[in-house]
Amino acid sequence: MYEFDWSSIPGALPFLWTGMKVTLEITATAIVFGIVWGTLLAAMRLSPFRVLSWCSAAYVNLFRSIPLLMVLLWFFLIVPQVLEHVFGLAPGSDVRMTSAMAGFALFEAAYYSEIIRAGIQSVPKGQVAAAYALGIGYGQAMWLVVLPQAFRNMVPLLLTQAIILFQDTSLVYVSALADFFGAAYKVGDRDGRIVELLLFAGAVYFVICYSASLLVKYFRRKVSA
Amino acid sequence: MSMISIRNVSKHYGSFQVLTDCSVEVNKGEVIVVCGPSGSGKSTLINCVNGLEPFQAGEIVVNEVSVGDPKTKLSNLRARVGMVFQHFELFPHMTIAENLTIAQEKVLARPHDQALEKGMKLLDRVGLKAHAHKHPGELSGGQQQRVAIARALAMDPICMLFDEPTSALDPEMINEVLDVMVELAQEGMTMMVVTHEMGFARKVAHRVVFMDKGAIVEDAPKDAFFGTPRSERAQQFLAKILSH
Ligand SMILES: Nc1ncnc2c1ncn2[C@@H]1O[C@H](COP(=O)(O)OP(=O)(O)O)[C@@H](O)[C@H]1O
Ligand SMILES: [Mg+2]
Repeated sequence: MYEFDWSSIPGALPFLWTGMKVTLEITATAIVFGIVWGTLLAAMRLSPFRVLSWCSAAYVNLFRSIPLLMVLLWFFLIVPQVLEHVFGLAPGSDVRMTSAMAGFALFEAAYYSEIIRAGIQSVPKGQVAAAYALGIGYGQAMWLVVLPQAFRNMVPLLLTQAIILFQDTSLVYVSALADFFGAAYKVGDRDGRIVELLLFAGAVYFVICYSASLLVKYFRRKVSA
Repeated sequence: MSMISIRNVSKHYGSFQVLTDCSVEVNKGEVIVVCGPSGSGKSTLINCVNGLEPFQAGEIVVNEVSVGDPKTKLSNLRARVGMVFQHFELFPHMTIAENLTIAQEKVLARPHDQALEKGMKLLDRVGLKAHAHKHPGELSGGQQQRVAIARALAMDPICMLFDEPTSALDPEMINEVLDVMVELAQEGMTMMVVTHEMGFARKVAHRVVFMDKGAIVEDAPKDAFFGTPRSERAQQFLAKILSH
């Protein structure tokens, strides 16, 4: 019978917290940039300009057809090179964090843009017609009339996507970046207590994500009310 | 003097012909009522007037500006052509006051105080001053439609388009909206009104246009139209809606 030994956890808490901060930082950056870029992609997709619409569709389909893990690997391999060549960054600088954030943000934007597009399309066409009829142009009709209504309907879906993203950030282990999962793994590896540390990490992920999903439920009820 | 001139306009969606060679003149200060069975192209025609819908043939000139001309800045034209929709289309996330001021500020670049003052004056005129701080969802249909009329008037329109403004309302609310429209007509506003409210037509219309299957079947002065409609289809249509 396997003997559980949780004793290495209390001492490792500060280190695990540092990892959690990395996780949260990546998640937050990807949410903010993902939503901003995703909104732009959605607006492009729905705009009357063919070229914009096509570019946006191509972007979204591309990112939605590639595994996230591969996108991240490319970013870990390519971004440092680009930074070195274009910005003259000293070789060997640690840009893994920047790469991770960029990778997640660009990847998530594809998913957010689809959620946002559906949200925009859920706003009745008459609303845009009314804005146009007042002399308001496409951009302002979007910004002042459509998006505020669309976002209200989208909050639950955006939050759900954020929860998935929070879990997916653990994939940065491919770059040995010490996010929460990576930190837990390292501690477990060091002390020979991988099972305990991974159980503990799993419990933390569960508590956070489950609480967030309760929040989603609350918003769902509020939106439909 | 012509305010809205629709000349030989045709429009199709793919192979489906929605409008066939439609011509209507609306002179300054005139009230034209457009009626006809559902699906006959009334909304499409009125949406073409302010360029909400494109058309493939013919010409529409509003206040000497050609709507179909690619050089025409449609937003400038629309800012001066008021429009009222069947489903009101107030912006639900804004208060009534914001609904009344937003386009004044963003399109006409009026300072907020001035826009608000104008909005409140018009809100008072449609009898809803006390509701300025509310959201549209808190108002009845009739009240929302009166706000929508005030919102259009706040832009100082040169003419007004109405697309079945009372057909989504409970019967007891129709008159409060029609009263506002009658008042507007009596003040000399140029109006093109799609409606089946023949009482309104009798009271203030100069001419009645009857549409069927995308074509203008009859365009006659009010008295002639109600007296002896020439086409059989218009007669049938009138008999049907007047019997309700
Ligand atoms: N976007 C569209 N695509 C195809 N057909 C349309 C579209 N919009 C309207 N129609 C058709 O055009 C006809 C006229 O519609 P409409 O102008 O709304 O009629 P009305 O307002 O008189 O009821 C209808 O048969 C309708 O089905
Ligand atoms: Mg209609």
